[in-house]
Amino acid sequence: MMYQLIVLLPAIGALMAGLFGPWIGHRSSEIVTISLMILSAILSMAAFFQVAILGHVEEEAIVFFRWFDIGTFEAEWAIRVDTLTTIMLVVVTSVSTLVHIYSVGYMSHDPHRSRFFAYLSLFTFAMLMLVTADNFMQLFFGWEGVGLASYLLIGFWYKKPSANAAAIKAFIVNRVGDFGFALGIMAIFLVFQSVSFDEVFRQVPEKADHTILFLGQEFHTLTLISVLLFVGAMGKSAQFLLHTWLPDAMEGPTPVSALIHAATMVTAGVFLVCRCSHIFEYAPDALLMVTFVGAITAFFAATVGLVQNDIKRVIAYSTCSQLGYMFAAAGIGAYDAAMFHLFTHAFFKALLFLCAGSVIHALHDEQDMRNMGGLLKYLPYTGALMIIGTLAITGVGIPHTHIGFAGFVSKDAIIETAYAVHTDIGMFAFWMLLIAAGMTSFYSWRLIFMTFFGKSRAPKEVLDKAHEAPMSMMIPLILLAVGAVFAGMIFYGYFYGDHHAAFWGLAAHGADPSVQESAKLSSIFLLSEHPAVEKAHHLEVDWVFYAPFVMMLIGLAWAYWWYILSPEIPRKLASTGGVLYSFLYNKWYFDEIYDFLFVKPAQWLGRFLWKRGDGWFIDGFGPEGVASAVLQTTKRVVRLQTGYVYHYAFAMLIGIALLISFYYARSMGVL
Amino acid sequence: MDQWILTAITFAPTIGAFFILLIGGDREVADKNARNAALWTTLVTLVLSIWMLMNFDGSTAEFQFVVKYDWLGDNISYHMGVDGISVLFVMLTTFLMPLCILASWDAIRVRVKEYMIAFLVLETLMIGVFCALDLVLFYLFFEGGLIPMFLIIGVWGGARRIYASYKFFLYTLLGSVLMLIAMITMYVQAGTTDITVLLQHPFAADMQTWLWLAFFASFAVKMPMWPVHTWLPDAHVEAPTAGSVILAGVLLKMGGYGFLRFSLPMFPVASDMFAPFVFALSVIAVVYTSLVALMQEDIKKLIAYSSVAHMGFVTLGIFAANLQGVQGGIFQMLSHGVISGALFLCVGVIYDRMHTREIAAYGGVVHRMPIYAAIFMLFTLGNVGLPGTSGFVGEISTLVGAFQANSWAAFIATTGIILSAGYALWLYRRVIFGELTKDTLRALDDVNSREIITFAPLVVATLYMGFYPSSVFDLTDASVQNLLDQYTAAVEAFQSAQLEETGPGVGEN
Repeated sequence: MMYQLIVLLPAIGALMAGLFGPWIGHRSSEIVTISLMILSAILSMAAFFQVAILGHVEEEAIVFFRWFDIGTFEAEWAIRVDTLTTIMLVVVTSVSTLVHIYSVGYMSHDPHRSRFFAYLSLFTFAMLMLVTADNFMQLFFGWEGVGLASYLLIGFWYKKPSANAAAIKAFIVNRVGDFGFALGIMAIFLVFQSVSFDEVFRQVPEKADHTILFLGQEFHTLTLISVLLFVGAMGKSAQFLLHTWLPDAMEGPTPVSALIHAATMVTAGVFLVCRCSHIFEYAPDALLMVTFVGAITAFFAATVGLVQNDIKRVIAYSTCSQLGYMFAAAGIGAYDAAMFHLFTHAFFKALLFLCAGSVIHALHDEQDMRNMGGLLKYLPYTGALMIIGTLAITGVGIPHTHIGFAGFVSKDAIIETAYAVHTDIGMFAFWMLLIAAGMTSFYSWRLIFMTFFGKSRAPKEVLDKAHEAPMSMMIPLILLAVGAVFAGMIFYGYFYGDHHAAFWGLAAHGADPSVQESAKLSSIFLLSEHPAVEKAHHLEVDWVFYAPFVMMLIGLAWAYWWYILSPEIPRKLASTGGVLYSFLYNKWYFDEIYDFLFVKPAQWLGRFLWKRGDGWFIDGFGPEGVASAVLQTTKRVVRLQTGYVYHYAFAMLIGIALLISFYYARSMGVL
Repeated sequence: MDQWILTAITFAPTIGAFFILLIGGDREVADKNARNAALWTTLVTLVLSIWMLMNFDGSTAEFQFVVKYDWLGDNISYHMGVDGISVLFVMLTTFLMPLCILASWDAIRVRVKEYMIAFLVLETLMIGVFCALDLVLFYLFFEGGLIPMFLIIGVWGGARRIYASYKFFLYTLLGSVLMLIAMITMYVQAGTTDITVLLQHPFAADMQTWLWLAFFASFAVKMPMWPVHTWLPDAHVEAPTAGSVILAGVLLKMGGYGFLRFSLPMFPVASDMFAPFVFALSVIAVVYTSLVALMQEDIKKLIAYSSVAHMGFVTLGIFAANLQGVQGGIFQMLSHGVISGALFLCVGVIYDRMHTREIAAYGGVVHRMPIYAAIFMLFTLGNVGLPGTSGFVGEISTLVGAFQANSWAAFIATTGIILSAGYALWLYRRVIFGELTKDTLRALDDVNSREIITFAPLVVATLYMGFYPSSVFDLTDASVQNLLDQYTAAVEAFQSAQLEETGPGVGEN
């Protein structure tokens, strides 16, 4: 019953607030959704403790009822619980609960609060359906469901044209990813005649050398499936080429950015790759692609983050970049490291976003950091908490130990593992991620310095009214800060360290699947050829442990130099507008390129096909051609004055057609 | 009960129409009585069909509730019956009909009596199409349905109704003439017009080709498939709201039903041969009409074009000729009947208030009509094929089916999920969201209770079919399985026969 409640409580909250919000009032909607969320979060933690820590794995998925049932194309509404799921349960429900609470303060002046809380709970429900799925169809349901919630929440302030545009953009770019995901599901069904995880994963080893004909070409089956699924992951997790929606998604209220576009939804792609590790492990080329795209994204997003001025956009690009880290880790076979970073990132990134929200709230919706500065005096608590978040994301800790802020433990684990696997792609990822770590430090500290330090650039009347956030907003920040400090140190042993095999349910490292036949399949799977974690544990090269730390210091020093010591340097650089600066400031011109390549041609083609294709060609030579021919003749015979004559004429024609058929049939001897 | 239930369902509306004909007296009163009589008639029909469905046995592929009487001479009989393929289309018709009457309650002010009679006669003819088990009977219902529809558009339609009904007529006439010739040929060949016998009759392979093409001409227009779709946007735009609902909801399904009842089982070899051709037309329809829908300036036209795109999935699934494809195709038709019907009702709601269908005339409607906005959102999402709505089930099943038959077709058709999100959400944004700046919109009232009652069953149906589609698949499974078994057997027999003919030749080389 526990698992059912975890998933369904948010749905009940969403229905109550959504359908009855106008009648029960805003306050009641808030109370209902929040209390149900708290309950769900407590149960999730219990589930995490039971399954992941104590290792009581449910053998069977909990089935609600049948959804799809066409031959072997079967899928059930069900809950599957394993370590991977419970990690996500904890992340999703705890961050969601805190964001719910935070929103009470943040949205207190909004006239549509109950709708907002309904959407938040709806999102949580969809996300929980996603992570508890036991087949690809339900996963896809959750996948699109969170997309819907994201669309609704980005466009929550529907009066703003920019918010509407961003909402649609998010949905459509995600759909581009889903295009790949859907084809992946089709290919999976074609090959395995099933869409259930257990059945598919069990069959994977048999299909290791299988090939498939797709679009007239022969492909390695598992590689093709993995790549298609990964395209879906790229869309949802805003990876390079499909990232353009995420920065725009910041049009939504800030709690939404924290919950959906930082901590939970955008990590669904990472979850997908880890969940499908049973398939990806047999598709080395696909893994190569995952690492490559992840590393490129980590680097690319960091470069753009360096020069943005909107406080939320900086954090958005940072999210994009951190997701790249997770994919890079998954691609080299360190799924555990990827999930670990996903786990810690949820805390410190949500913290950063919500702190930014407090700043924006205090300054009456000011988001441009050029109009901030020196706010530490006005917002001491928010400032302190945000610095904690920054210490976590930039990776402050004691090198060569596991003592440090959350981001230090998990991010350095990824960078070290990338080096330790000793492959070309591993080295590529290592360097990209290392450079990105330096840039992360730079843009994160730049944000802190521009916002909280130096001379204030905000108008005086705004500053006079600036005040700390109410308690309802403060408490979630404090709780998240606790996570940002300790989550890495506490859970290192389980996710990545000594208890790692038991935690993930791996019988032994790289155990072949036949060993696990008896129990449920392990939540992540590794082929014995590349035990990335094992190699990382035996890494002896000292400088690799210090390198990320040094990069972090360089980034910090540089930010201090440019934004505290000599703030005129970056200002001068920005105003002279070098090529590199405009290139980065305009986000590598992706929006412009996509507009030129896809949006404009689609519109042109649509109009062309409509006016020329339908109007001129088909109608012109079809019905209208016939019509004018008929008219030419009939005009001479009789002048038809009114439309009604036509109309009855046609009715009669049908009758005549019927009559003729009747007589025809009779003369044939049918009647 | 077995004997009379189908006859009762089919002709109950006609009886109702007859009573409405007798209504006389003061115009106001007569109109009111006509509306009430029509509503009650359709409700009774609905109850009868629900009763039939509850007694329907989904575990067999046999025709059920069969009734057969000699009618014209020895050969042509009044022969009715339903199987898993047709029973749900009867349900769809009887389900949508009361909603259409409700939607016309205030919107139709002239010739109310005649309007209601036209709708009730149309209902009889539509149900007849799905129940008929005799070629002649089928043809009468199939073509007869055109007359009331034609009148509904021509009399109660918009400004360009003559043009629209002319186009509608011209297209369908062409198809039906060819189909008639094919039917006569079938009679000459097989010596019967009994569909149940014809289903077992092995037509010669080259004859199948010609018959298939003739039927295709008719069904493709009805679907409608690209490039014979251009009558549909015009017909929709000019038709009154309820006319659009029936057009999109039921009339378009006759083409797909025809493929399943005639083309696939009677001409399997030809169907197999033409499948790539149908795939090509289907995927062109999906991409082409989706792009065209993107640029429409008229709400109804946009939804009409999106209908063509969605019907592309249906033909794709049907001619994939596997369980997922055909089941998906049937489901997609049912789902589209509900969702697009609801979308046309949505357009009707604001059209009744504003008397314009131009997208640019709207914007910010949510400020005045929040409940309406929520309802419209749900059906927009259904149109986009979001999981949880029935639209998703139909699309993904047909695509899964198509992928097994032809990965190119599935690949191109899947782009439809991107494009549909584009046109549907963009439409929603332009109509519903944004600031309310236009003065004309300030006086809008939210949906009234009659409208809510109209939408409620559609909302329930969309979600029910989205979350629990297996209840639908259970009903259709046996019949579809049977259809496909025979289809595959016929195609394989033909192929091995061909192999035997050419086999030695190949061996020598």
